[in-house]
Amino acid sequence: MHKYIPNTSEEIKEMIDRIGVASVDELFSTIPDEIRFKGKLNLPKKMTEQELDKYMRELAAMNSSTDDLICFLGAGAYDHYIPSVVNALTSRSEFYTAYTPYQAEISQGVLQAIFEFQTMVSEITGMDAANASMYDGSSSTAEACSIALVNAHKRNRILVSEGLHPETRKVIHTYMSGRDAVIVEIPLKDGETDYDELALLCDDATAAVCIQSPNFFGIVEDMDKAGEIAHANNAAFIVNTDLIALGILKPPSESGADFVVGEAQGLGNPLSFGGPHLGFFATTNKYLRKMPGRIVGETNDAEGRRGYVLTLQAREQHIRREKATSNICSNHALNALAATIYMSVLGKKGLQELALRCANNARYASEKLVETGKFHLKYNKPFFKEFLLEAEEDPSEINKRLLESGILGGYETKRCYPGLQKGWLVAVTERRTKAEIDDLAKKAGGKS
Amino acid sequence: MANAERRYSKDHEWVRVEGNEAYIGITEFAQDQLGDIVYVELPEVSSSVEKDEVVCAVESVKTAADIISPVSGTVIAINEELADQPEMINEDPYSAWIMQIELSDPTELGELMNAAEYATYCENEE
Amino acid sequence: MSKLIFEISRKDRRAFELLSTRIEQKKAEELFPERYLRKEPARLPEVSELDVVRHFTELSTRNFGVDSGFYPLGSCTMKYNPKINEKVASYSGFANIHPYQPESTVQGALRLMYELSGSLAEITGMDKISLQPSAGAQGEMAGLMVIKKYHEKMGEYQRNKIICPDSAHGTNPASAAISGFDILQVKSNERGMVDVDELKRLVGSDTAGLMLTNPNTLGLFEEDIVEIASIIHKAGGLLYYDGANANAILGKSRPGDMGFDVVHLNLHKTFTTPHGGGGPGAGPIGVKEFLYPFVSVPVIEEKDGTYYLDYNRPDSIGKVKAFYGNFLILVRAYAYILSMGAEGLADVSSNAVLNANYMLSRLKDVYDVPFGERCMHEFVISGEKQKKMGASTISIAKRLLDYGYHPPTIYFPLVVKEAMMIEPTEAESMETLDEFIAVLRKINDEIEDNPEEVNHSPHTTVVGRLDEVKAARTPVVKYSFENNDQ
Repeated sequence: MHKYIPNTSEEIKEMIDRIGVASVDELFSTIPDEIRFKGKLNLPKKMTEQELDKYMRELAAMNSSTDDLICFLGAGAYDHYIPSVVNALTSRSEFYTAYTPYQAEISQGVLQAIFEFQTMVSEITGMDAANASMYDGSSSTAEACSIALVNAHKRNRILVSEGLHPETRKVIHTYMSGRDAVIVEIPLKDGETDYDELALLCDDATAAVCIQSPNFFGIVEDMDKAGEIAHANNAAFIVNTDLIALGILKPPSESGADFVVGEAQGLGNPLSFGGPHLGFFATTNKYLRKMPGRIVGETNDAEGRRGYVLTLQAREQHIRREKATSNICSNHALNALAATIYMSVLGKKGLQELALRCANNARYASEKLVETGKFHLKYNKPFFKEFLLEAEEDPSEINKRLLESGILGGYETKRCYPGLQKGWLVAVTERRTKAEIDDLAKKAGGKS
Repeated sequence: MANAERRYSKDHEWVRVEGNEAYIGITEFAQDQLGDIVYVELPEVSSSVEKDEVVCAVESVKTAADIISPVSGTVIAINEELADQPEMINEDPYSAWIMQIELSDPTELGELMNAAEYATYCENEE
Repeated sequence: MSKLIFEISRKDRRAFELLSTRIEQKKAEELFPERYLRKEPARLPEVSELDVVRHFTELSTRNFGVDSGFYPLGSCTMKYNPKINEKVASYSGFANIHPYQPESTVQGALRLMYELSGSLAEITGMDKISLQPSAGAQGEMAGLMVIKKYHEKMGEYQRNKIICPDSAHGTNPASAAISGFDILQVKSNERGMVDVDELKRLVGSDTAGLMLTNPNTLGLFEEDIVEIASIIHKAGGLLYYDGANANAILGKSRPGDMGFDVVHLNLHKTFTTPHGGGGPGAGPIGVKEFLYPFVSVPVIEEKDGTYYLDYNRPDSIGKVKAFYGNFLILVRAYAYILSMGAEGLADVSSNAVLNANYMLSRLKDVYDVPFGERCMHEFVISGEKQKKMGASTISIAKRLLDYGYHPPTIYFPLVVKEAMMIEPTEAESMETLDEFIAVLRKINDEIEDNPEEVNHSPHTTVVGRLDEVKAARTPVVKYSFENNDQ
């Protein structure tokens, strides 16, 4: 008997008698004998809960977490503080052991929370509508490209800035490989999308222009310019952004964005070695009925009581099947719930304060590091919580030295940008103190 | 009920011809199968359509049905009232036309069914 | 009626605090050009911490999960989500590690993923596993792109057709379409299985592959699977296994042995990771060795006891998501596999199939059973008889809410009218099944006596049936601040 399987041998006997078979094994007789698995699976030995707990602790202890290391690494995943209320509330099992809220009457909790999430994302991005979440920032960006493409009659070019996260660009390439699409990468000029090049390449075959701001190097791009170029050519304007940055930065809607997408892990979700994270997706009313994924709408019952339901389902794969624009079924609802709770904690003022703190911390760290004389700022452009330095030393060596002192150093841009062999991308969130930043500068600046 | 002046397609669209132009909508049978219509995606005016081409869609809560053009031509008008009142199709499918097409090949009309043929066709569908 | 968080907002109330700092704080205007700045703050709610706690606690009471009660939602495998899984996934050494940390600092994480891959390969009978896809649907896309890339590598660009049964999950044809394939539908025969004769007619030099769920969505094992595999392979196509129903076959039969070339698993179904109100899940794929060069990058490899990420894979389809996979879901799934062991997993399927057959045997005299007397881990009954008496399947589902149950999957698969797809899972006891069976039989009696009562259900929930037509005709998808300005 296993603790997760309650049937007793007496009950099993009663049940097979009732069914009218001689044994449980007989129920598997429809599986042809030649493909019946006869042996015992070669799996690790069963563990009791205590043994399992111990083994998992051992595996976890082989990793150095951001509790052990002072984190200055970002590049798409950020070490923001998560207030205790977030986990306390997402741990309520009425939320986390539920499935997609198909039965609205007994799912008002998660439906209303998603409605609040949609409202918050719409509000921060300035867009008309947002969906219930996507897997991550990369897939939400790729899905925006899909919709733009499908709705741009006979246009097949997608212009993607090289300021977009390298992994997001790779995901876009994969998602578009099944479609008739040509992806053109727009180079950067002084850390920002080369708008002259963009204007040159954007034409009447362009379905969409996709820009990230703050971009991969933390630089706040000139979104008005990007939006103008896209719209002058009737192309959709896709903006990948950081919701925290929008605490102080202009909402993309004001630059004419048609789609605002991105990664929202930093809002109440842990780094998790890269997943599960949280994609968000917002758009204008024009594309409301084309959006991928679940959407919650407000309505009422026969007695006029307000309630929430999954709506506009005719877009989705379970109805449209091969004619659906997206195949997404489950999303990242629990991560969206965490983000909703986190944004409720932040509130109207907190979001601004958080954004400003990140920006000031990053500014201070850049100054301290440049002061050492061993780095210079690669680009002279306004940045948010992350900035690119060019180092005298090989950044791999710097990172090794920092790690010995318990510091998780910045991202080495040579991993994805061959032209930036000595680039070192440093992220500074609100968690970092002056002492930690001073220490980083001291240790990164040279052996002491 | 199906009307003698209209022609019908196997995809449950009706066509009412006036000169060289045709109004197109969906039949009583189609609206009944779909249930409460919540949205009509209208085609673009002046777009050209081919016979048997998907030109737009009608959505209910649990289904989406493509509108397949029964004729070839150019869309010269759309029924914009349907954007805000899709239920007009449920209420009176033969008044609630979706699009008006200028025919490029009127001989295609010959391939469509008349009212009696369509009634028989529907019986077999059920 | 539950208030929205925006409706309890009071100016200047707060739940957020920042560290005090000795770093000089500049204003936004000093850091960025004016034209880059936000003019009006986003109207997030202004609430205290207790407001937040009360609000979301109240919402949780308006929600039903597996921990609340029986949840026989077919094809979703709503089984118990063990608490130890949640505990281990919260360990800081798993939750708080950055995906770009040096490999030397994440050896435990890489080892866990490597070991999980080994276990999943053994369970499915495949050679290699890719853990990257975020969910079943993304796994389908990744697997189909692997198939596409393979055919292209072989120079067979004309293989652009994917065959799906008419009983398939909607994601199958949707995934095939977005991966660049055309879809051919193969009908189910009178036994509810793939019609082999029709399949023979459909295959050809343009066949890229067949997608199949086995047991299928009717809860039946595709008995002709060996012949089906042979037909597809002889035509030069590949077989894709949709693992949504893998809970029926653990230790009983392996997709790899059935002839499948690619599989995906839904870890949030078979491997007890929680569904989270709609996600996150994880949809790893398994492939036969000859397809391994094509899976997404990176893959996890081991050399001399050290684990590393291998990006050097020129034939790869690329990436389907950033980083490596939904790691914290993988942690939970591996914890489950370790807590079951080989014999435990085989018992899972034995009891899942036993429970389903027991329920079927006790319901078949009251509800129509369109296909077969026996089933695997789930079965489909039809409410056609009840509909004729005046209450259709939707009403039966809503009436179940009054009795404290989550209803089965309804109106799916599409090949059965008034379908109810019931999946009890191995986690439920005989008493629970008996009580549920008694209620379903009672609802049938209620329909005989007074269908209107059933048609007006649910009567006991916080809201009644909601107006879905209104929701879809005039969508309201966010709060309107204008009506209630702060």
